[in-house]
Amino acid sequence: MLRDITIGQFFPGESLIHRLDPRFKIVMTLLYILMLFTGSHILCLAVGTVYTVMAIALSKIPLKMFLKSVKPLLPFLVITAAINLFLVNTGDVLFRWRFLKITEDGLNISLFMIIRIVLLIMGSSLLTYTTSPIALTDAIERLLSPLKKLHFPVHELAMMMSIALRFIPTLIEETDKIISAQKARGAEIDTGSMITRAKNMVSILVPLFVSSFRRADELATAMECRCYNGGEGRTRLRQLKAAPRDFIALAVTIIFYAAAITVSILLK
Amino acid sequence: MSNIIEIKDLHFSYKGDEETPDVEVLKGIDLNIEQGEFVAVLGHNGSGKSTLAKHINAILLPTSGKVLVDGIDTADEQRLFDLRQRAGMVFQNPDNQIVSSVVEEDVAFALENLGVPYEEMRRRVDESLKAVNMYDYRLHSPSQLSGGQKQRIAIAGVIAMEPKCIILDEPTAMLDPQGRREVMATIKRMNKEKGITIVLITHYMDEAAQCRRVVVMDKGRVVMDDSPKAVFSRVEEVKSIGLDVPQVTELAWELRKAGCDIPGDILTEEECADAIERLFRS
Repeated sequence: MLRDITIGQFFPGESLIHRLDPRFKIVMTLLYILMLFTGSHILCLAVGTVYTVMAIALSKIPLKMFLKSVKPLLPFLVITAAINLFLVNTGDVLFRWRFLKITEDGLNISLFMIIRIVLLIMGSSLLTYTTSPIALTDAIERLLSPLKKLHFPVHELAMMMSIALRFIPTLIEETDKIISAQKARGAEIDTGSMITRAKNMVSILVPLFVSSFRRADELATAMECRCYNGGEGRTRLRQLKAAPRDFIALAVTIIFYAAAITVSILLK
Repeated sequence: MSNIIEIKDLHFSYKGDEETPDVEVLKGIDLNIEQGEFVAVLGHNGSGKSTLAKHINAILLPTSGKVLVDGIDTADEQRLFDLRQRAGMVFQNPDNQIVSSVVEEDVAFALENLGVPYEEMRRRVDESLKAVNMYDYRLHSPSQLSGGQKQRIAIAGVIAMEPKCIILDEPTAMLDPQGRREVMATIKRMNKEKGITIVLITHYMDEAAQCRRVVVMDKGRVVMDDSPKAVFSRVEEVKSIGLDVPQVTELAWELRKAGCDIPGDILTEEECADAIERLFRS
């Protein structure tokens, strides 16, 4: 019942976007987000849309998946749009009904917000859809490594993230077993009111926590046995080497970013 | 042949607090293991066998006495990593000793920690994976593998350090029969082909019977230390400390008690079948 949970929603593939260096992908995603937020004109978003559509096409992941990623945020979108629609009072009045009125500016702004948020979600989904969680962790560790000079525990954080990722399937399997074991003893897990169900979760969480602590203890010993000593002087099997395609992709992103800024300056 | 492991009068107590007294788990152990040996350590729960194993690569330090591995005192903190490189350890639960989400990265974990350069690391990882017949799975996630396969990955992770000795703490206890066979075959091959000393802690008698030397522990002491044939022929003694003997040995022993002329040191099914056949012929 818990088998189909995937974290990060990674779709393995061999497309150009998949093969890009994860460090570059993170930087490009950040630039992309900046691009969406600096542009104040609807044409900037047009530039953003072209960029997004191009990237999605190159990733060879069905558009359906991206629409799916927007779905959970629909209520949020509707509320944002409604607030802008009814609360912006400037501009020509298009529609009036009792105390509600919709103005031209209000319509423009709410459309603008919707497009911006949809693009934002789709673009950042592209990063997690095309990059495995472990590659992401690795890239974050390397991108943040200058912070080590400020005694920020970059390696430790990355190690924690990768161990968490490693243990998610193991713990899912274990939770499944505990649920079955408790059901076999007559525990009612999916029946009753919200409160009863929440109370029943305790009988699953307690054994899960106990076993997680035991696992952590054993894992720590096993890591020590294999000479783990923190991040000092470590070498890596996974080598990240930037290829020409990474620089080209980065250049394309920067050009788009520049275009968006130019448009917003010119049309101010 | 030189001794890879020398244990001299090893005592170990778990420290108690004000209410509970100290618990002495190991009560004076003397044990020498030569380079290239294949030793099984037997004992029922609480006999101190796992505690002993943890002393060999300095997870625990002796309360008194000495443990030397390849001449290095385990109490010497300066040479801790040197020591752990020489004496690798494999634990019971395969899930709790795999660190990475990709098989080959897990095998590389120890090498990454030791700062081995990339080319050398790549070579050793590939060799270790081939040695345990898991090379084809190098890019898989450990969660996709069976228990036996995970345990072989754990063994590969240790072999990559190029140790002189591997200590396995009940490596097959959580595996199905298929997985147990795979792991035992791998361990034997490592011993034979690479000359790695194996210390196998187990409570499966048939696994102990496959080793060249069996050390039996009871209540924190070594009570027997001999070839499997010699140990298991002392059926009553073995049973008195709560252990079993392999099924065929027990059968032969019962037959002898019943007055049949059958050797008392039978360990394998073939030997047993031969002996019974001879019995019928004569």
